[in-house]
Amino acid sequence: MLARAIASRHDLIARRDRTSAIGKGAILGFSTVRNEAVRLPWFLDHHRRLGVSHFLIVDNGSDDGTTELLADQPDVSLWVTSSSYKASRFGMDWLTWLLMRHGHGHWCLTVDADELLIYPYWDSRDLRALTEWLDRQDRPMFGAMMLDIYPKGPVADHPYHAGEDPLAVLPWFDPSGYGIRVQQPMGNLWIQGGPRARMFFASEPRRAPTLNKVPLVKWHWRYAYVNSTHSLLPPRLNRIYDVDGAEAPSGLLLHTKFLQTVVDRARTEKARGEHFSNSAQYDRYYDALTENPNLWCPASRRLTTWRALESLGLMSRGGWI
Amino acid sequence: MTRQEPNGTLGFVMLCHTALHRAADTARHWAERGCPIVIHIDKRVSKWSVEKLQADLADLDNVRFSERFACEWGTWGIVAATQAAAEVLLQDFPSVRHVYLASGSCLPLRPVRELIAYLDERPRTDFIESVTTEEVGWTIGGLNMERFTLRFPFSWRTQRWLFDRYVKLQRRLGFRRSIPNGIVPHLGSQWWCLTRQTLTAILQGPERALYDRYFRRVWIPDESYFQTLVRQVSSNVESRSLTLSKFDFQGKPHIFYDDHLQLLRRSDCFVARKIWPNANKLYATFLSDDAEGQAGGEPNPGKIDRLFSKAVERRVKGRPGLYMQSRFPNEHWENGRTAAPYSVFQGFSDVFENFEGWLGKVTGTRVHGHLFAPDRVEFAGGEAVFNGALSDSAALRDYNTKSFLANLIWATRGERQCFQFGPGDNQELNWFMALDSNAQISVISGAWAVPLFKSNLNFADIRREAARLQKIELEHLSILRNGASKARIRIWNLAEFIENPMEPLQTIVDEISPRSLRRLTEAPRMTDLEGFGQFLQNLRNQGMQPVLMGDFPATSDLRPSEARRGRPYLVK
Repeated sequence: MLARAIASRHDLIARRDRTSAIGKGAILGFSTVRNEAVRLPWFLDHHRRLGVSHFLIVDNGSDDGTTELLADQPDVSLWVTSSSYKASRFGMDWLTWLLMRHGHGHWCLTVDADELLIYPYWDSRDLRALTEWLDRQDRPMFGAMMLDIYPKGPVADHPYHAGEDPLAVLPWFDPSGYGIRVQQPMGNLWIQGGPRARMFFASEPRRAPTLNKVPLVKWHWRYAYVNSTHSLLPPRLNRIYDVDGAEAPSGLLLHTKFLQTVVDRARTEKARGEHFSNSAQYDRYYDALTENPNLWCPASRRLTTWRALESLGLMSRGGWI
Repeated sequence: MTRQEPNGTLGFVMLCHTALHRAADTARHWAERGCPIVIHIDKRVSKWSVEKLQADLADLDNVRFSERFACEWGTWGIVAATQAAAEVLLQDFPSVRHVYLASGSCLPLRPVRELIAYLDERPRTDFIESVTTEEVGWTIGGLNMERFTLRFPFSWRTQRWLFDRYVKLQRRLGFRRSIPNGIVPHLGSQWWCLTRQTLTAILQGPERALYDRYFRRVWIPDESYFQTLVRQVSSNVESRSLTLSKFDFQGKPHIFYDDHLQLLRRSDCFVARKIWPNANKLYATFLSDDAEGQAGGEPNPGKIDRLFSKAVERRVKGRPGLYMQSRFPNEHWENGRTAAPYSVFQGFSDVFENFEGWLGKVTGTRVHGHLFAPDRVEFAGGEAVFNGALSDSAALRDYNTKSFLANLIWATRGERQCFQFGPGDNQELNWFMALDSNAQISVISGAWAVPLFKSNLNFADIRREAARLQKIELEHLSILRNGASKARIRIWNLAEFIENPMEPLQTIVDEISPRSLRRLTEAPRMTDLEGFGQFLQNLRNQGMQPVLMGDFPATSDLRPSEARRGRPYLVK
């Protein structure tokens, strides 16, 4: 896996290498993006406010101004590539290389542009506080399940402009209904559910998207993400859960996929055929997305505070007071 | 030019090793208000940082820096640093009567003049937590008395393996250090406030060299050196710390953040540690002179204890019945398989007409149909998406039945769930529910034959289906009758149930809503069973032996005593 990553470095062309500005103990953000000019301003600001001090981003062939936008950010190092997303394990080879090269010894947050990390106390304690606490607990990783958030009504009917708070447009989520099992050989939990399972995979639940992630890791050059950020090696890093009844700490990745752009995007993604796993199985899912679906139901909950999300059992402070 | 009060009766010793800029702010705050300070900086701190701190405080003439020692956790260095700094403070500032031991991550929560006034009222009192080894329940590593009788040459943090081995070896050999002069070891928080008399008696005592030699090899001497010796020299010990300091379940100190502002205020303590260095709001609030006008009573850390014990409990035991990304207990370790009590009814909706409506009315609970029916999840009211956004798709449910049930019970906490069950349903959770102490399972065995009896199927198909359902129910009953089951389980056969249905119903309903203990006045309408005995006889004649229904005579029909079939009956 590491050999693949090292080999893939030749795919990457540095557009802005500002990595020399990375200080000791800095918290780093890693991401692969493609045409995310609409989401990126808020995405960057959100994680900046949380204390990510440098972003290392791979741009995979954007043509919507993403490249220029990122090149202009003072705290972004940017690489571009036109190689295949799929052939690079959906960008993970590229990121693994960057993590190996720049992440060693740092807390590294690896997220997609449509993911916003939150965790208990995120509104008053930044990632420095969280990671310092995790360090003292001898926990080199922090899990955060993806929580699909959506509007009330057909998804394309809710305008969103770059720089706006996506949570204002996508204030709803499924409070429960997440199915969990342990997945071998990595020992990670496999979580599926939420509105996509409910709406698009009710007859084929096995195909429903995987929601568990381990996005925040105190990186060592020998580590490697295996399957997106759903699981990683060595397997002990997947043990973000306790098995004796105790609650370990965890957060959430608010998934902003269902901004109005999702409908057009589903069309192009389907044509591009560069998506996860067995692409043909996703065709029906993409078809459903192009039909401008309404994910809202009377049991949907409105996003309020992290305390509400925690009391619903979607994440846990795990002893952090 | 800094305004500075003349030196008073209270002086601080500050032990610093990180976030020196915050330590500087706090030291300045106290020093400018007339409290002399002696600062000890860990020997491992870089020269640059030390010089920066010294320069930052250079304008304050009541601040001193003491000889530096390396303060590795659990070792003698911290005591040596404390001794040296205290000696400087006592010698250089003769006005000082009380010495307060603080750290660089401490923060005053109340104006220092309130602390001074508090101490002035108690000029002879030594505030130091000091308890015997039998009384403490909070020590790390399970070592209490052995801290004082074994040797600890290896670091607990960096050489844990050797540390543990060496302790074991000494235990096996029966090794014991002798305690000098028969002093009684005491333990307690490192953060104390002692009078000049007491402190000088310890530091200038004739046996100091002996005690120092002994405590140098005690494990975590900073929690025992002063705590023990104070008992030799002081007769006025208040065994408590004036510093608010909390520890988590691993014995590591809790950190206070900006969002703890109200909590810290509520404690009425004078000083708290540890403060997160980036807690700008806390530092801005408590180091300003506006922090006045609060109640200012006796320090009461107990006020906030509940929050901490709740947090520890959540970390250690978790929320019962919750399965989520960071809590996924192994079987039998769940501390509650499900979150709340629920009721499973098998056969009742076959025996009674509109049993679900009746039960909902009588008990005020949510009554579902067959949640595990093969074609769809029969949520109450036929909803397609139920509380928690659970889908009625049978495929989704069957993909992970355990998550389905656990999620349903979790998502409806506070409203009891009741549902119908039967041998025609998904049987995957039979063991799970039988072992769940939250489950109330009531079975009328053989009742599944009633819908067959009323159906319009060919008799050969009926016979086949009856054989299938009977086999499934037999297996289920053997699980329910297993000695290991933890659910509240009641089983009647069909014949005995319909002979006297009110008593079982009353028992079940009382258990569901114990607070509304009242007699049932309205029973559900029982279905018409005329000819059912003959139906069973026909099954027998066709070679299928129905064994779960009890004794039904083939000719005359069973009916509830004291009431005529087909009409609701009243019980007085």
